[in-house]
Amino acid sequence: MSAIAVDNVSKHWTTREGRVHAVDGLSFALEPGTLNVLLGPSGCGKSTTLRLIAGLEQADGGRIHIAGRDVTDLPPAQRNIAMVFQSYALFPHLSVAENIVFGLRVRRVSAADTATRLKRVAELLGLAQLLDRKPGQLSGGQQQRVALGRAIIAEAPVCLMDEPLSNLDAQLRQDMRAEIRSLQRALGITMVYVTHDQVEAMSMADRVILLNAGRIEQNATPVELYETPANTFVARFIGTPPMNLLPLAEGADGAVIDGSSGPAVAPIDCAGLTLGLRPEHITLLHGEGVPAMVAAVEYLGADSLVTCRLGNATLAARVGGSVGLAAGDTAWLSWAGSAQHLFESDGTRRADAERNEAATMFA
Amino acid sequence: MTRQMQWLYGWLLVLPAAALLALFTHYPAIATAWHSFHSTPKGARPAVFVGGDNYRLLVDDPIFWQSLTNNLWYALGTIPASIGLALLMATWVNGRLPGRGFLRLAFFTPTILPMIAVANIWLFFYTPEYGLLEQITKGLGFASHNWLGSKGSALGALMVVAVWKEAGFFMIFYLAALQSMSPNLAEAAAIEGASRWYFFRRVTFPLLMPTTLFVLVNAVINAFRMVDHVVVMTRGGPDNATELLLYYIYEIGFRFWDTAYAAVLTMVLLAILGTVALAQFWFIGRRVHYQ
Ligand SMILES: Nc1ncnc2c1ncn2[C@@H]1O[C@H](COP(=O)(O)OP(=O)(O)OP(=O)(O)O)[C@@H](O)[C@H]1O
Ligand SMILES: [Mg+2]
Repeated sequence: MSAIAVDNVSKHWTTREGRVHAVDGLSFALEPGTLNVLLGPSGCGKSTTLRLIAGLEQADGGRIHIAGRDVTDLPPAQRNIAMVFQSYALFPHLSVAENIVFGLRVRRVSAADTATRLKRVAELLGLAQLLDRKPGQLSGGQQQRVALGRAIIAEAPVCLMDEPLSNLDAQLRQDMRAEIRSLQRALGITMVYVTHDQVEAMSMADRVILLNAGRIEQNATPVELYETPANTFVARFIGTPPMNLLPLAEGADGAVIDGSSGPAVAPIDCAGLTLGLRPEHITLLHGEGVPAMVAAVEYLGADSLVTCRLGNATLAARVGGSVGLAAGDTAWLSWAGSAQHLFESDGTRRADAERNEAATMFA
Repeated sequence: MTRQMQWLYGWLLVLPAAALLALFTHYPAIATAWHSFHSTPKGARPAVFVGGDNYRLLVDDPIFWQSLTNNLWYALGTIPASIGLALLMATWVNGRLPGRGFLRLAFFTPTILPMIAVANIWLFFYTPEYGLLEQITKGLGFASHNWLGSKGSALGALMVVAVWKEAGFFMIFYLAALQSMSPNLAEAAAIEGASRWYFFRRVTFPLLMPTTLFVLVNAVINAFRMVDHVVVMTRGGPDNATELLLYYIYEIGFRFWDTAYAAVLTMVLLAILGTVALAQFWFIGRRVHYQ
């Protein structure tokens, strides 16, 4: 039984400009005890999806099940969930302790039980010294932990988080990422975590659901998302710098990159498809592969980013250390067959995986 | 710019406001205190210093005591009612309900109407025999009642007008405060299973305390300051039942021209308001949460 099952759920808003389909026929199922990330560009419907699961918004259509129970028409309180808001939503006039135990007070949990649970949570989150302070007297990271504490003290099996780290600086963000992940594992919580930061998604998630315009582009593990993107949107969204997408055209002895004179990079039947290559999978070996004109070189320390013009396309290659190239030079690009992704003209990944691998001149 | 220049500039900038304040607030207050220790000048007879004589007069003046008691009842009756009503209306029109813009305007209308006009409208409501209230109660089969004309109900009738007038004004402050509260707070509480009343009691109301303090100070001042409706509707009658302190001052000062005694009464009013304002800021201010 899945912890959360969303089945063909839709939600739209009517605004002055017309109907906005924030969530458009979404379906997915999440395994118990996993951390699932909702990822996607701004405005793609991540928050709306989360709020639908929480019951803070009412779905136009579709059903939502939590732990096998149909909760579509239940109010938030009866869904047995906890939620951490992006803005933390701490009560500014209550102390840290009162904020954390707010829900227990509502449910009239006994004083002794409340005290032991508060102690446990405060120690877990390193808040023991701060219990008497008001939220206004805490740093951003501490406030975040209070919000987290309020969510986990409920001991709800499902925890929803809406961009909980977006207000923190880089260092704190990294620490909190690890903290949330280990907490989630230790308590066996099923977590739905919203972010638009792909690093956060890739490093934390068991599963990533990549959304775009209210629909799922791909629902997969981070590794699958990176290695076998389902379409060009996913291919461009995951990875920095994004994957190079190079249209293929018919050449003399096979498919060549559109606008270039060759050599061929794939069998002739690949003409018309799009070739996807990650910058980090391209190697520069003099005299081998495809020659391209260097347009710019950016030195980044550990590696360099070489931007080249090849036919009608511009592509980026990421290579280790510094390269002895300058704008105007010729760079020789080569790549392994396994690094090659082929997409149909409608953007979807070419179905036949074996042919993708075979379809390279460097095999 | 040197420090002294800055200092000079600062004083020059506050000078106009300070001058007006001194001329129309501080000087009259001090002059009133001065007059309250002198006799009223009459014709050729100039004012002479009489010490506390005027104040002794006050102690034995039954109408003063009556107006003071009336005013206390008036304050007690109008302040909690108008604040409570304001809070209720504000929470109501803060929610997502159809036509809330219209409702907000409707609640606010009494505030923008001049009190004299308001009093005249209510005068019609209360008119015996053919007033609006009378027609309704008669229709329901109740006996006729002269609301403003009988001692028992006149002050109450005035209090209703005041509450009606004030609640809309205070609602605006509450509404502004409610609008600045993040809706996430209510959502977080809803997820924890808090009822609307619980949320109001534990979160909304405490967070509104600064507004409540502000509104309370204003309400107290208004309770001692508003007399327009007394002038229009009852003129302190019947039998001094609606004699409020400020109206009594007006009568003494400008109908009987006993300026010295009016000055004494004014000092009493000032003392009351000053004490109340101080007390509110001291005692309640400590328990108010400022973010
Ligand atoms: N209350 C609302 N009324 C009208 N439109 C809304 C409302 N809430 C969201 N939308 C629209 O629905 C779409 C999805 O919004 P949502 O908040 O889910 O995006 P998101 O993926 O969380 O974006 P972000 O990463 O910027 O937070 C957006 O186009 C947004 O403008
Ligand atoms: Mg969002």
